[in-house]
Amino acid sequence: MAARVAGTAWRRTLPKSTKAMEPAPVRLSVRKTYKLYIGGKFPRSESGRTFVVDGDNVALASRKDARDAVVAARAAQPGWAGATAYNRGQVLYRVAEMLEARRDEFAALGVPADEVDAAIDRLVWYAGWSDKIAQVTGGANPVAGPFFNISAPEPTGVVAVVAPAGLLGLVSVIAPAVVTGNTTVVLAAGPQVAVTLAEVFATSDVPGGVVNILTGKYAETAPWLASHADVNALDLTGVEQRELAGELERAAAGTLKRVIRPSAGGTDFTADPGLRPMTTLLETKTVWHPKGY
Amino acid sequence: MTATAPIGLSDLRTHLYGLPGVDKVGVEARAAALATRSVKTSAKTKAIDLAIRMVDLTTLEGADTPGKVRALCAKGMRPDPADPSCPSVGAICVYPAMVPVAAAALAGSGVHLASVATAFPSGQAPLEVKLADTRAAVAAGADEIDMVISRGAFLAGDYRKVFDEIVAVKEACGAAHLKVILETGELATYDNIRRASWLAMLAGADFIKTSTGKVAVNATLPITLVMLEAVRDFRDVHGRQVGVKPAGGIKNTKDAIKYLVLINETVGDDWLDPAWFRFGASSLLNDLLMQRTKLTTGHYSGPDYFTLD
Repeated sequence: MAARVAGTAWRRTLPKSTKAMEPAPVRLSVRKTYKLYIGGKFPRSESGRTFVVDGDNVALASRKDARDAVVAARAAQPGWAGATAYNRGQVLYRVAEMLEARRDEFAALGVPADEVDAAIDRLVWYAGWSDKIAQVTGGANPVAGPFFNISAPEPTGVVAVVAPAGLLGLVSVIAPAVVTGNTTVVLAAGPQVAVTLAEVFATSDVPGGVVNILTGKYAETAPWLASHADVNALDLTGVEQRELAGELERAAAGTLKRVIRPSAGGTDFTADPGLRPMTTLLETKTVWHPKGY
Repeated sequence: MTATAPIGLSDLRTHLYGLPGVDKVGVEARAAALATRSVKTSAKTKAIDLAIRMVDLTTLEGADTPGKVRALCAKGMRPDPADPSCPSVGAICVYPAMVPVAAAALAGSGVHLASVATAFPSGQAPLEVKLADTRAAVAAGADEIDMVISRGAFLAGDYRKVFDEIVAVKEACGAAHLKVILETGELATYDNIRRASWLAMLAGADFIKTSTGKVAVNATLPITLVMLEAVRDFRDVHGRQVGVKPAGGIKNTKDAIKYLVLINETVGDDWLDPAWFRFGASSLLNDLLMQRTKLTTGHYSGPDYFTLD
């Protein structure tokens, strides 16, 4: 009867006895390859390389992936900075919502529940700052002349980030950069968590290219980003070797990038971050406007 | 050189229809296969410098000003002011009204001066107007003329009219080189592109050029492949070499190198020279310069370090 329904009634049916002896079919699970996140898409590495982390295949980014990510970040930057602060805040809030919905995935990757909580809270906190930071860091300046003199913060541009391991650390370096209108190229340490977070970004109205995430060995890709003339700032929070951090900072000096140094004793991401992470990646634009009488 | 048709004009239609048809799938597959070649390190350095020398740096906008044209000429002569080893571009390409400005700016530099003429980009004007347009540009100092064919006449099957126009414009050019723009995006089929290429070459074109850059479909690899095959076959039959200029839509170094590979594999070394192959482009030059800077300095460059136009 079932065969008739499936439209295969013409097939010779097997004798019942044989069928009973067949083992139940084993379902093959679909194994996931953790890929890069560039320009809103999830490509493999241009180099075709992968490496294994805790039994998972993870894409190993090359310098050309970093280059492509910078192109994507640059292309996305004017549109993202041009969006209203309110809109950027909404998008970040949406990221928090989607992260909330993916708790189980992060739990399965070994992220403690309270770290997920803290990451969500951190996103909501930064989302709230999107339309308030300008009032705090900008304002009207008193000047000795007939001018309105107004300072307003503007995003630095494309920020390359060497991210620390862990979900909270990752959120704590990405959110302050993007909330003010920067776009980012993130070299991630814990690849599975980072790529799962990329899936959160991809499903939360974050325009493609605003956050780009590369997995692999940052010692290989970071020098290319540090010397890249189209990168405006370099966040070295996740760099562990002092020597490498120094080298990267020297490379960044060639194009006068803003550099965030790794803190000596490591950063405590559970503490109140303050405004520094945001203000470091802002430039002040001051406008002199003649005043009429 | 006045163009003399090697065949009777009455046979023109017969001749053009006697050309073998283009295998659409084949030509696209071949162009795609050649586009996968990888050119690296020292070969890439040479390819970039060759591509820079092949650029017809172009500005064809209603908003062109003398200042903008002068700036473009300065850039064409010294594309990378920080590096004297960077070669000049092949030519500067402007509207006829801007030719005097460009001629003054380019004097003595060795960079050619091309001007579009013949009611560019539509070509929908009477022949006398087109000829006057051409003569004015040549008189003002242009040594290369980019003319458009009458696509309307071509598509209507009036090959004789198109042929006569090219012959007349060629005569009006005098010593100036004549590039004939086929506007391949409006010719609809590869067969038409092959016919138009032959028609232009028979009428005396020194170059055949794909597009004006003003319609939706500009230069593509398969179209350029068809045109390269046409100039190769034309030289075999008639003994005269004709250049090719893809224009419009070639934006980055990777694309430009694909064209160079295409030349090398189709028509060979003879065309790997700015005298026989040009890129009609504006934004391509900046990408070539960025890639060149990457190779000379060892780090990636950015668009902020190069002029906008």
